Amino acid sequence: MRRAPLTSLALCALLTLVGCGDKAWQTKDIAPLMPPLAFTLIDERGETVEAGHYRGDVTLLVFGYTHCPDVCPTTLARLAGQLRSLPAERRDDVRVLFVSVDPDRDDPERLAAYTDAFGPAIVGLTGRPVQLDALTKRYRVTYGYGDKDAAGGYAVSHPSGVFAFDRVGDARLLIRDGDGPEAVRHDLERLLAEEG
Amino acid sequence: MPESTEPSILATALHWLAPWEFEPLWGLACLAALGIYWRGVRHLRTLDPGAPPTGWPRHATLLLGLTLIYVVSQTRYDYLAQYMFFPHRAQHLVLHHAAPFLLVLATPPRVLAAGLPAWASSTHRLARPLLDLLQHPLVAPLLFVGLIAFWLIPSVHFDAMLSRRLYQLMNWSMLLDGLLFWWLVLTPHGRLGPGRRILLLLAVIPPQILIGAYLTFSPTVLFDVYEVCGRAWPLAPLVDQQIGGLITWIPATMMSVLGTLIVLRQLRLGDSQGRRHPSSPAHP
Repeated sequence: MRRAPLTSLALCALLTLVGCGDKAWQTKDIAPLMPPLAFTLIDERGETVEAGHYRGDVTLLVFGYTHCPDVCPTTLARLAGQLRSLPAERRDDVRVLFVSVDPDRDDPERLAAYTDAFGPAIVGLTGRPVQLDALTKRYRVTYGYGDKDAAGGYAVSHPSGVFAFDRVGDARLLIRDGDGPEAVRHDLERLLAEEG
Repeated sequence: MPESTEPSILATALHWLAPWEFEPLWGLACLAALGIYWRGVRHLRTLDPGAPPTGWPRHATLLLGLTLIYVVSQTRYDYLAQYMFFPHRAQHLVLHHAAPFLLVLATPPRVLAAGLPAWASSTHRLARPLLDLLQHPLVAPLLFVGLIAFWLIPSVHFDAMLSRRLYQLMNWSMLLDGLLFWWLVLTPHGRLGPGRRILLLLAVIPPQILIGAYLTFSPTVLFDVYEVCGRAWPLAPLVDQQIGGLITWIPATMMSVLGTLIVLRQLRLGDSQGRRHPSSPAHP
């Protein structure tokens, strides 16, 4: 049976290519694609904070801005609801990091007020453009600014995906808008069940 | 938009010329192609001084092709191509159509043969069965259109944009397949006669029209990766997709028309040369 390893190798390569690696996850498995969580940003108290500060918990990384009309509030409300649906003893082990890519308008106070509205598990972060660029490039995402309107407001394009990291900070999942609440809950519970 | 201090011209130029993700293979491949071409031109001049000279239009065509490849793969343009659909389609139009088209036009087989180092011919012999397969008149057009379609399968497209390695694989596969296809259909006295070459050029038009029209007229956003990973600037997703569809549709198929005109011109030139030298045997 010399052919068997070759065939399975080819099959594996094909499966990796079309992205159906581990069927047990119901959202997008990004373990082989993305590096562990690392950043230097500014927290809600205006102090510099490193990714290591949040290690030990399952971390969900969300990008947005507080003037966001639709995507960000929807995502944060959805995530907050999902955390509430988790078993009580697990709930406190998940932290949502909401990174504002609009530091000009989102100062630490504004961020704190915004994230508090969604619950205690949601933490606001922002940073100088250099810090934000380093983080977004690391996860192959980006953001950009639209033209200013008469009132000085402007739209910001930002990633809608939510990156999930396990307790040791390894990148594990990418949750998309289209993923159903059941799928997200299933994957979060599985991630929480892993030992850190 | 956040205010920023006005950057100097030099800083702006560096910002646009610096690679978004440094992949030395692109630059090295462009330099190698330039080296082979230059060596071929010089060798031909010494070997056969009576041969028709390779003038500056050829040099300029080659330089334009290589510059285009470098610009879309190793400058700030690559950033736009990763975070916006229509610049990505334009990138593939260059890698799969325009640049290989120009490179093949600039390099007649005799220049390539004279320019390649000696060890290349033994490698060529080894790769011969693979080339025979990839340039088979039934396989080549299928591969040409199939590759466009494959990387546009939404789940495949998603992974390619998310993974640096797959992204590189995608772009290299487009360039290499482009070189294989345009080499096959634009080279006179090569593998195929002019009739078949025109047939292949025409055969790839309808599927490209279908793919382009499908993208352009789709009422929904087909590729959520630009949503998930963010866009370079806030452009409406459907507009982005429609422009991308038009790029896949119109300029891409126009290249086939251009190619056909070039084959017809080769045919006419070949005929008139044949009449002028009736004793010389006709090429197969």
